[in-house]
Amino acid sequence: MSFFAGHYNYIAAIILLMAGLYIVISSPNLIKKILGLNIFQNAVFLFYISLGKIYGGTAPILTGNPAEIYSNPLPHVLILTAIVVGIATMAVGLALAVRIRETYGEVEEDAIARLNRETDRTITGL
Amino acid sequence: MFIRHLPIIQIMLPLLAAPLCLLFANRPKIVWALALASAAGAALVAGFLLHAALEGGTISYLLGGFPAPLGIEYRIDAANAILLLLINVIGALALLYARPSVDYEVSPPMRPYFYICFLLCLGGLSGVAATADVFNLFVFLEISSLSAYALIAFGGGRERRAYVAAYDYLIMGTIGATFYVLGVGFLYAATGTLNMPDMAERLAAIPETSSSVRAGYAFIITGLALKIALFPLHLWLPNAYSYAPSAAAVLLAAAGTKTALYALARILFGVFGVDFTFGGELLEYLIAPLAAAGMIITSLIALRQNELKQLLAYSSIAQISYIVLGISLESRAGLEAAFLHIFNHAIIKAALFMGAGCLALRLARSSPVMLADLAALRRSMPWTLGAITLASLSLGGVPLTAGFLSKWALLIAALEKGWWLVAAAFIIASLIGAVYVWRIIYSAWFAESRRLPQENPPQEAPAIMLVPLWLMALAAIYFGWHSALPVSGALLAVDALINGAALP
Repeated sequence: MSFFAGHYNYIAAIILLMAGLYIVISSPNLIKKILGLNIFQNAVFLFYISLGKIYGGTAPILTGNPAEIYSNPLPHVLILTAIVVGIATMAVGLALAVRIRETYGEVEEDAIARLNRETDRTITGL
Repeated sequence: MFIRHLPIIQIMLPLLAAPLCLLFANRPKIVWALALASAAGAALVAGFLLHAALEGGTISYLLGGFPAPLGIEYRIDAANAILLLLINVIGALALLYARPSVDYEVSPPMRPYFYICFLLCLGGLSGVAATADVFNLFVFLEISSLSAYALIAFGGGRERRAYVAAYDYLIMGTIGATFYVLGVGFLYAATGTLNMPDMAERLAAIPETSSSVRAGYAFIITGLALKIALFPLHLWLPNAYSYAPSAAAVLLAAAGTKTALYALARILFGVFGVDFTFGGELLEYLIAPLAAAGMIITSLIALRQNELKQLLAYSSIAQISYIVLGISLESRAGLEAAFLHIFNHAIIKAALFMGAGCLALRLARSSPVMLADLAALRRSMPWTLGAITLASLSLGGVPLTAGFLSKWALLIAALEKGWWLVAAAFIIASLIGAVYVWRIIYSAWFAESRRLPQENPPQEAPAIMLVPLWLMALAAIYFGWHSALPVSGALLAVDALINGAALP
């Protein structure tokens, strides 16, 4: 029991990872896929920052106290970078979803696939 | 003194030129000229770097002067110097080629942004090749991938499926990159460092059964497999390459996946080490069967394609599976053959996609270039079709071409290892490859021409597109005759990658 209590960060990360991936795979709506991707990435951020925590460590900002124990700042920095990458990805993804909506009139992937098949049929005449 | 800073100049030249181009965004011709100049400069720098790496051994550059392993280090050795030269030369030629193609395929207000995204992609790919820090590799991988998604989307003005293709690539590529980051997290937890040589040392001291290391290994391979388009994870590639603007397809096909392949090889051998990678079962029991199945299945799918670019895209997936199979042969000969094929295939696919772009430009219709269209162009576009034919011969592995050499090397490596099933898979896939290559050549020169009205046949492609096309096509044949350069390059690259470890 104390194993789970002591590691609940990682368990939460696993749950978010699976939930995010499930949303990406199962949701037909393009916007929801991007949200799922975001949840998936957040799980990774949670994992990294949990790695950096040290027993008795405080936030890795200098307090002026020479005997202070700090948590590892490197995962925090890595995650800042990864968050920026995630935001850029989400921005590009949403921009693409907007364009798809403009040109197809739909944001559901099965409707888009149906429209593409109809265009194929008109081209090949089948 | 100047040589000292070349590694960072290699990456910064395209990355700084991109925002500079933004200042001239209302004058697309200046943007193109600036982009071409910076890509040509980057190609020159890559040449200098290759020369310096071959003469003096590994070049190490510390970003900001912070000492490794705390700071970010860039290490150029024979393996990535050759890749940098490949990426930047093909990038520069693709930019030269791009002007008429982009004028046709991308709408006027978007054109400057296309070149800017192209430069960002080029800079990102160079960064992936040059870096020796696993997290920095993720950052540059994402820089190149995000600009690749945008590059593909620029084709959406003509063909709205480009938006869907870019979106699908974005979803799958981001999942891949996130898996990679997860793997890096496990490795960081196990070793406490992000610098590749340092991590290799520390990993050597950790027992192989450590679950963090094995989890990291699994996640990193899966993540990079998505970027490489290894067999079951390849679904984004055909649409992405077909609907992208032709110049973008040239860069992505020739350099994009090859760079991710290099990243996989670098991490497998430069971080995990030969013993861990070849000692485990993952390569032999999972990756090799997937790659073998992928070769055959995607070659069969390529056989059934009637659109030229879709055929080339599926053929790319098959060739990538060849390379991965070469790596998973777990022998020095296999690795050398895989590197040789990376080099040769990049040149071949660059030539083929450039040719497809020339055809798309001159056919000037909204539907994609079908194989059946090639016959009608036989008389009016002989140069384009000739170059496509040469490159196709090399793709099919006809003797006396570069493609033959690398496929032969892969086959010999499989036979030496005694893996008969793999050798059989190589032969079957090459036979199927010969058939779809023959389809291209037959459609171009021997089939009856039916589809175009003959009164107004398209003219030959402009010279600015033909020159890079023929350079690449001739290179695809030339390196089959005078193979000393790529073969010795492959040998040196594997030496640098293995870094002195013993290999069977």
